[in-house]
Amino acid sequence: MKIVVDFDSCQSHGLCTQAAPEVFEIRDDGFLYILQETPGEELRAKVEKAVRECPTTAIKLEE
Amino acid sequence: MKRVAVIGASLAGLRSVEALRRLGHDGEIAWVGAEKHLPYDRPPLSKQVLEGRWGSERLFLRQNYDELEVEFHLGRSAARLDERFVELDDGRRVEFDGLVVATGASPRQLPDGRDLEGVFTLRSLDDALAIEKKMQRGPRVAIVGAGFIGLEVAACCRTRGLEVTVIESAAVPLGQAIGEVLGQCVADLHRSRGVDLRCGRTVTGVEGTERVSGVRLDDGSLIAADLLVVGIGVKPNTDWLDGSGVDVDDGVVCDATCQTSRPDVVAAGDVARWHHELFDESVRVEHWTNAAEQADAAVRRLLEPEAEKKPFVSVPYFWSDQYDTKMQMAGRYRPGDEMRWVERPEDASGDDKPRLVALFGRGGRLTGALTLNRPAKLVRYRRAIAERVSLDDAL
Ligand SMILES: Cc1cc2nc3c(=O)[nH]c(=O)nc-3n(C[C@H](O)[C@H](O)[C@H](O)COP(=O)(O)OP(=O)(O)OC[C@H]3O[C@@H](n4cnc5c(N)ncnc54)[C@H](O)[C@@H]3O)c2cc1C
Ligand code: SF4
Repeated sequence: MKIVVDFDSCQSHGLCTQAAPEVFEIRDDGFLYILQETPGEELRAKVEKAVRECPTTAIKLEE
Repeated sequence: MKRVAVIGASLAGLRSVEALRRLGHDGEIAWVGAEKHLPYDRPPLSKQVLEGRWGSERLFLRQNYDELEVEFHLGRSAARLDERFVELDDGRRVEFDGLVVATGASPRQLPDGRDLEGVFTLRSLDDALAIEKKMQRGPRVAIVGAGFIGLEVAACCRTRGLEVTVIESAAVPLGQAIGEVLGQCVADLHRSRGVDLRCGRTVTGVEGTERVSGVRLDDGSLIAADLLVVGIGVKPNTDWLDGSGVDVDDGVVCDATCQTSRPDVVAAGDVARWHHELFDESVRVEHWTNAAEQADAAVRRLLEPEAEKKPFVSVPYFWSDQYDTKMQMAGRYRPGDEMRWVERPEDASGDDKPRLVALFGRGGRLTGALTLNRPAKLVRYRRAIAERVSLDDAL
């Protein structure tokens, strides 16, 4: 599973960081950082939740 | 469960259908939506669309519908709910064993003037495209209501260089939603961008024959306008549930698990009212994230009625974009709640973007947080609200 974020669409809502804090983080500069680009399968449910909750559909999963 | 009907084809409806398939429902799904469009996203309507930056093609929430295997009834509305079927406006009957109510809400109208050309409310894609078209002709704009929609429309107008007057009956914009102190900060933001904001004033009449020419206020003044946008709140779409056994009281009344007064019916999104256990109050939340999350919870409830009842306790979250400012709020605010500053607007240094962080509390507990242009902070507070942290500890 590989995570691709469209940073042009991302508006730093931070909902992904709440669904999958192991993978996404918003730092004090207000920008989103991806902590692991290829997280393990044990995080799939959380990452899929992040994909669904992102209001700008900025996150894509590549298998 | 053999056959589920989902009524409403916007965010809550779509997320319900997706959740049904994800959670393993392999029976039929009938999906009824009053609009002729496939589900699209509403927040950009009062932002990118009215700024003239996005066309409708960027708004659709999903591309591939084949894999969901639904029986679509688009452009049709549910007229009546019976024991085992929904009757559509063309008389057709859609049968079901389980039903999801996701019919959202519709804008309130002013008592007069709604038939005049140039008078709009903003809820649908068609509304937004019609308003945008009108904006291209450089009209003088009046907006009734300084709620989120009204303020976002005002911001789009100023960004496009249009003259705009906003009329609000309360003392400040958004007072009910974020309190007077923060409402005043929002007022300052809009005035600094050239909005003529008239608070404490009500509209007594809409002027014009055939097309709008202006609005009359309670102090006798006349605001000339060729485009009038009315943003005075919404009303949940529940008329079709009359006599169905589903209780309605400013929204479909649900228990803490999204189930209605009928065991075979659940509700989600702007239409649903439920008892929020975290805040111990009855709430109806009109925000994007709630519609997305609640659909999941409602569908779980429908598919697993015997499972342990899990209350839906997601902390409400919304955002609003006005000019280059992102406002975000987590939790709840009720008039009378305590407010504390974490970062005051005057603390901001460097660039000219307004920045602030404020917290709300009830009985010493953190119940809400509001930020302007501080996204990282908000995430932390949303979690703290869910964890019932005290206001003192949150600071
Ligand atoms: C202009 C605008 C800007 C917004 N901006 C933000 C924002 O910045 N941040 C935020 O958090 N939220 C925002 N929102 C709110 C957010 O869009 C809503 O919370 C969300 O759309 C709710 O989804 P829903 O599916 O519950 O209801 P709706 O989106 O209202 O959808 C309900 C659907 O059901 C259909 N329907 C109604 N009655 C029937 C019937 N009897 N039979 C069949 N179909 C029916 C309706 O036509 C509609 O398509 C905004 C809303 C608008 C209008
Ligand atoms: S939820 Fe979406 S918009 Fe928000 S920070 Fe994550 S990727 Fe960006």
